[in-house]
Amino acid sequence: MERRTFLAATGATLLSAPALSQGAAARTLKFVPQANLANFDPIWGTQYVVRNAAAAVWDTLYGIDDQLVPQPQMVEGETMSADGLVWDFRLRPGLLFHDGAPVLAKDVVASITRWMPRDPMGQMISAIQDELVAVDDRHFRWKLKRPYPKLKYALGKTATPCCFIMPERIAAGTGSTTMITEYVGSGPMTFERGEWVPGAKAVFKKFDRYVPREGTASWMAGPKRILVDRLEWVVMPDPATAAAALQNGEVDWWESPISDLIPLMRRNRNVAVDIADPLGNIGSFRMNHLHPPFNNKKVRQAVLTALSQEDYMRALVGDDTNLWSVLGGYFTPGTSGYTEAGGEALKAKNLARGRQLLAESGYANEPVICLVAQDQPLTKAMGDVTADLLRRLGMNVDFVATDWGTVGQRRAMRNPPGQGGWSMFHTWHAGADTVNPAAYNALRANGEQAWFGWPSIPAVEAGVTEWFDAPNEDAEKIAMDKINREAVENVVYAPTGFFKSYQAWRRNVTGIQKGPLPFFWGVAKS
Amino acid sequence: MFAYVVRRVLATIPVMGLVALFVFSLLYLAPGDPAAVIAGDQATPQDVERIRASLGLDRPYLVRFGEWFFRILQGDLGLSIFTNLPVTTMIAQRIEPTLSLMILTLILAISIAVPMGVIAAWKQGTLIDRAVMGFAVLGFSVPVFVVGYVLAYIFALELDWLPVQGYTPFARGFVPWLQNLILPAIALGGVYIALIARITRATMLEVLQQDYIRTARAKGANQSSILFLHALKNAAVPIVTVIGIGIALLIGGAVVTESVFAIPGLGRLTVDAILRRDYPVIQGVVLLFSFVYVLVNLAIDLAYTLFDPRIRY
Repeated sequence: MERRTFLAATGATLLSAPALSQGAAARTLKFVPQANLANFDPIWGTQYVVRNAAAAVWDTLYGIDDQLVPQPQMVEGETMSADGLVWDFRLRPGLLFHDGAPVLAKDVVASITRWMPRDPMGQMISAIQDELVAVDDRHFRWKLKRPYPKLKYALGKTATPCCFIMPERIAAGTGSTTMITEYVGSGPMTFERGEWVPGAKAVFKKFDRYVPREGTASWMAGPKRILVDRLEWVVMPDPATAAAALQNGEVDWWESPISDLIPLMRRNRNVAVDIADPLGNIGSFRMNHLHPPFNNKKVRQAVLTALSQEDYMRALVGDDTNLWSVLGGYFTPGTSGYTEAGGEALKAKNLARGRQLLAESGYANEPVICLVAQDQPLTKAMGDVTADLLRRLGMNVDFVATDWGTVGQRRAMRNPPGQGGWSMFHTWHAGADTVNPAAYNALRANGEQAWFGWPSIPAVEAGVTEWFDAPNEDAEKIAMDKINREAVENVVYAPTGFFKSYQAWRRNVTGIQKGPLPFFWGVAKS
Repeated sequence: MFAYVVRRVLATIPVMGLVALFVFSLLYLAPGDPAAVIAGDQATPQDVERIRASLGLDRPYLVRFGEWFFRILQGDLGLSIFTNLPVTTMIAQRIEPTLSLMILTLILAISIAVPMGVIAAWKQGTLIDRAVMGFAVLGFSVPVFVVGYVLAYIFALELDWLPVQGYTPFARGFVPWLQNLILPAIALGGVYIALIARITRATMLEVLQQDYIRTARAKGANQSSILFLHALKNAAVPIVTVIGIGIALLIGGAVVTESVFAIPGLGRLTVDAILRRDYPVIQGVVLLFSFVYVLVNLAIDLAYTLFDPRIRY
């Protein structure tokens, strides 16, 4: 080879840019998720980010629509016996797994069986289950020992873990506490395992043989039509970088921009900004009911009375009042079940009354160990407000500034605060989970079995049982009023306000829905 | 010399063993629980406990360390708790971007800092000297992430010359590779340039006072040959030492730089693993970094012989 030929060839190779044609670029949607997709088993790991990715890859039997009603998804239809004990389900025809095998009733039975031990509603169903069997390829039967009116809701809810349908060989061959290693989906997109770089990138491709339902897509229900060929999740830990990448057109859709950067996004005419999830989130001041001082109801009431949700919300999301509101109850505002029954104390914001209640409680200056995760902007902001509030109330604050990994470990300890335990921590609950008691773990008050803090309040539990047994919406409403009243009176936890967040996308992207998770069906890019 | 290299390489084995023991113990004692992170915020304590047991995190320290160390001896770094992928695979996925960033930063830094230091020493007390030293102070003072944001704002958002984030593998072409890395390399290289420039200047000032420099001048040698042949070669040993020490600085800086520019490298892998308490990944990456550092020190020790023939091993 001549020297010049060699140099020209080498130069051409070195300088070649991987130019994507405009068409190819339009068929690839680049999405910045809220967090890293560190694992991909939606039953084993129940983080929201795993659920969000899994929803594109695995389908569900039912899907919750934007009215929070479960609609048939993989199921063609169902019948329930008059006594409510026997349910017969029929799968719709044409359902395929990504390996080309048909979705059969035995796959569904295995998937439900793997899901049940990991899900609170699944555990309840499991406790009253008589049998769950595949009758034929498209028909499965569920026999219960007592009626469970919320069965369809359980199979279609968006709260984690969702009941995703996997092949029998994977679901039955893997325990619910063991991670799956084969990602054969039943949904509209395939997961490209070979391109997965945990912490950096995850790639999904349109599954051409997926058969969507007829009708209009609404959240997890309806036709899941994928309008791009390829979906790339680009993990960006730094919000400023994600903002710059979106403005520069390097990514198309950012799931959770921080509120500080919203004005910057709004100034860019190529970028659209809107509320991500109308169901928002509820901030939580979670107390340890096992040990002083918060094992004392009056101390909990003192905090609840003195607490200003507005202070928390301004610290959390700023002065944009479209983004937050003050709660008078524990359920998601704007939904049919929301109630403020007995909720006056939540809005009291009365420091003097709080001090009085604290004095009446006999509080003996025990240290209040506040576990505050500094690596989560939301918990950090809430922690700073709490430290100030408790000090003004006259409490002895021991502020433990740490990271979320440590809070996650320490909050599981039931020891007294002086022996490695804790008094309070902050978190938040997705509004989709707090719509009703179905998936609202944080509101349960069944002592040892309850969520961290272990409240034991039989009246709250009685209300929850009434809700699960409620035959109609009126009865559900009565039960939720009761739960709210008792939860406020006994302070299961102290809500710190209701807040929403934004999402942002390039204006050449259309079809983005507002909802509790990013729905990729119906989203197109020009 | 060969015997020395063999001795040094063999000496890395006990060093790595100690590092392994130290890292494992530190992680065992550190607070935090991967099971709680896996289970998610809404999980019940029972869920967390089940996951902890399934991961074997409830077993005694010695059993866990023994198993891990035995696997290490076989070259198996284990599986990530979170992804279930082999740690070696995860490291392999991430090593190219970090290596690229560090090499480009090294090339940039050395090719800028050494001439800067030499010129500052030559023009001691002048405006040039003060400008170089001012830059050095600035390089030390401004954090990497600030430089990164400013560069991204100017060259990506305002001028639209370069991408804000990401990494393109070298196999897809030199230009796209360079486009993605040039801003991170400049941002990361700032401190490094400052460090090398200052040391070069100080060492050169000392060397330029030596008798043999006066002799060279008396012989009529021109300025550039005095500076770069006579003086710089004799000043090289401390400069090379600083370059070696600075590699640790680069490893630390890469963590921040990779986050700011969303480069999928080992730095981000480390931070993610620490935040999630993904013990096998943390242990694997720290072992790798320690090994690299030991090798770099060996390479620098060997490089001394090139610059100073009096040094013998």
